[in-house]
Amino acid sequence: MLDVPLSALAAQAFTGLVLGGIFVLMAIGLSLIFGLMTVVNFAHGSFYMLGAYVAFSVMGLTKSFWASLVLAPLVVGALGLVVERFLIRRLYGRGPDDPLLLTFGLSLAMVEGAKLVWGKIGLTVDPPKQLAAAVNLGFMNFPVYRLFVIAVTAAVLVALWLFLAKTNVGLIIRAGTRDPLMVRALGIDLNRIWLLVFGLGIAMAGLAGVLAGPMRGVYAEMGVEIIIDSFVVVVVGGMGSLAGAIVAGLLMGEVVSLTTFFAPKLAEIVIFIVMAIVLLVRPSGLFGEAGLAE
Amino acid sequence: MSRSALGRVAAWVRAHPIAAFTVFFAAFPFLVPYQSLATQVLIFGLFALGFNLLYGYTGLLSFGHAAYYGLGAYGTGIALAKLKVTSLWLALGIGLGTAVVGGACIGFFCLRRRGIYFAMLTLAFAQMLYFVAFHAAELTGGDDGLRGIPLHALGLPGGSLSLRDPLAFYFFAYVLVVLAVAGLKRILDSPFGAVLQAIRENGDRAVACGYDVNRIKLLSFVFSALFAGLAGGLDALRLTVVPVDALYWSTSGQVVIMTLLGGAGTFFGPFVGAATFLILADRLSIFIEAWPIVIGVIFMAFVLFLPKGIWGTLLEKIG
Repeated sequence: MLDVPLSALAAQAFTGLVLGGIFVLMAIGLSLIFGLMTVVNFAHGSFYMLGAYVAFSVMGLTKSFWASLVLAPLVVGALGLVVERFLIRRLYGRGPDDPLLLTFGLSLAMVEGAKLVWGKIGLTVDPPKQLAAAVNLGFMNFPVYRLFVIAVTAAVLVALWLFLAKTNVGLIIRAGTRDPLMVRALGIDLNRIWLLVFGLGIAMAGLAGVLAGPMRGVYAEMGVEIIIDSFVVVVVGGMGSLAGAIVAGLLMGEVVSLTTFFAPKLAEIVIFIVMAIVLLVRPSGLFGEAGLAE
Repeated sequence: MSRSALGRVAAWVRAHPIAAFTVFFAAFPFLVPYQSLATQVLIFGLFALGFNLLYGYTGLLSFGHAAYYGLGAYGTGIALAKLKVTSLWLALGIGLGTAVVGGACIGFFCLRRRGIYFAMLTLAFAQMLYFVAFHAAELTGGDDGLRGIPLHALGLPGGSLSLRDPLAFYFFAYVLVVLAVAGLKRILDSPFGAVLQAIRENGDRAVACGYDVNRIKLLSFVFSALFAGLAGGLDALRLTVVPVDALYWSTSGQVVIMTLLGGAGTFFGPFVGAATFLILADRLSIFIEAWPIVIGVIFMAFVLFLPKGIWGTLLEKIG
């Protein structure tokens, strides 16, 4: 096992970074929504799936990947606003199981709806021409599109950090995570903040779907597969912790990718093993505070 | 029927739930379009009954009950098809044992986190088992499912009974399900059952009263896995095949939907929900290929507007 060519290992590690980026985009949205609203959004993966499909359709109409990269997350995010306003809002104050159940039903309907609209057979999406080549990184060749995914993920994370740390709205979101009652007492309308954060989280799931499409294909069940992985990431990282979502997302991306390299049969199982180990050693997750929403 | 007569029937059902169950399901196969649907309702009702013990009575939402149903099904199926066990009783026993051991192991891990994490963890471990079954094709048949489960004649004191006739199979399942329902009633009426409901209402207070809440939760988890495993074992015999989807998240989702449609935390809710779901799916699939959309929307409406489910709401109305 030790005489593996280093360049192949490096390529696999880079691939892990790409997968980790997708996990991070998903887990951060889940974590943000949960931290502020204590809603676990089962349909998060289905919005990821929808993002990939909408991007496919936008590309068909406009012939432009770039248009789909911008438009699909916006369309999916807008749908997220509708879901929060008309479905999830009715459940505030009922305990965390009910939103989870509601979004499970939603996700079931969305998976079948996608099959109706786009067909049962998976679709393939080509990366845009400008990004289709491979680039020589000195020690290996790597598809440009995957580097692009890493760059977009990083850019989104920086933008999100600036938004949360430097703007007034970001300040209210952070305060709302700590103590919603006090924020309300100060005369701030948290309903609008919840709406905004839900839409933002969903748009990030949509973006993750758009980015994943050219790498992993587009099919109706892709959402449920990624939501289970994302739940694992969030459990390992600690729910509600953004740093935890980033570290655990990248870690899981690497773990899956390197296992695929050394023991392909274990690739789908390994993240659950890591999760079980974390549960034994540090039940509250790498960055979790014990007691949060328990 | 006048309101008072209805009230009297309701009062009798409430006073003699096991007798009511026994009478109703003796007639049930003659009330539905075809007998295999009745058997399905019985088996999935049992599955939902186990789920309801954990969610409805203990307050723990599991999104991974496919795991114990699947372990029961694979345990029974592998015993008959691969280990060449010839006794159905022994095969079912092996299935139950597999489900119970699986439930104890997974329950131990999942109960390290509380609240909303619990649902995510149960889902994740069930999906892990799905992948294991998918890849361990020599044992489980992998993607093709476990095929060729022989349906031997059932050994009984003083003879044996062939289960190939659908009605004979129905009544074989019926006897086991009635015993399971009576067993669950016994559990719920015991002091242990009272503590389960105390944990659902207020876990911290149950701790303060001196109960070892984690141990009791684990016990409830294992009992729940036992019922789900029996349902899985029976379904393996009914189909003589175990599809790998038995362990898939959609199976876990189905049992959640059935229980909530019927009414979580009510004794007969799971059976009402299983019957509603299966008959609805059976009829809908004639008209619409994408019938799960309709189920998904109905389920959302129940969560929003009818959280007590059909049976829970009926009980409330009758008073």
